[in-house]
Amino acid sequence: MALRTPIKIARGLGSAKDGVHHWWIQRVTAVALIPLTIWFAFSLATYAGADYATVRAWIGSPLPAVLLILLIAMTFHHAQLGLQVVIEDYVTAKGVQLAALILVKFLAALLALVGIFAVLRIAFGG
Amino acid sequence: MQTQNRPLSPHLQVYKFPLTAITSIMHRISGVALSVGTLLLIYWLTAAAAGPEQYERAQGVLGSFLGQLVLFAFTYALFYHLCNGIRHLFWDAGKGFEIETSEKTGYAAIGIAAALTVLVWIIAYAAGGA
Repeated sequence: MALRTPIKIARGLGSAKDGVHHWWIQRVTAVALIPLTIWFAFSLATYAGADYATVRAWIGSPLPAVLLILLIAMTFHHAQLGLQVVIEDYVTAKGVQLAALILVKFLAALLALVGIFAVLRIAFGG
Repeated sequence: MQTQNRPLSPHLQVYKFPLTAITSIMHRISGVALSVGTLLLIYWLTAAAAGPEQYERAQGVLGSFLGQLVLFAFTYALFYHLCNGIRHLFWDAGKGFEIETSEKTGYAAIGIAAALTVLVWIIAYAAGGA
């Protein structure tokens, strides 16, 4: 005899108010990334010929450092949400899918932290 | 039985994909490519944090012909995903679903992304070479 009620089985599968959480956060990060990406691409272009000291000074100054950290956080959060959907769509084998999802989430967190740490290291002159 | 000249149902090998289908799958492909490309951003940042020699080496790798080719493709993928993403945000708001509109915005996404890519690279070269 199944002890779980139908509501228990349905919970977390789409209703119960957090069904659009993934979708919504993907949009929020997307909106944040519009100005951040444009700022980063054009800033980087203007520093294309700059020497090491100039680039370091730019990355380490308060506003660029904060924006870079935001860019990294938003980029990796957005990327892992997107990759999750792609994996769920194309990787049908349950075990492989689960492994791929965990790997992507771990890698995204690791790379984001490595990037943020690099920016902080430059900013605080470590 | 006259079955010779009837139109055939869409078949993958002869089916001409509509622009909206191409822009849709390109959004996914560019998204996955950009995710992989984030490795370059992290590589560049960690090199800058590590020291002058490491930064020089990274600049050498990214500034090589192959490096610039990859970065150019990355720039286009980035701007395409951004422009087409804005298209998606409008769809999320329930706007722009008409075939004519969605085709127009599809061409716009492809075109504006190309223009922004070229603009960024002109600035990069004007600023002293990539």
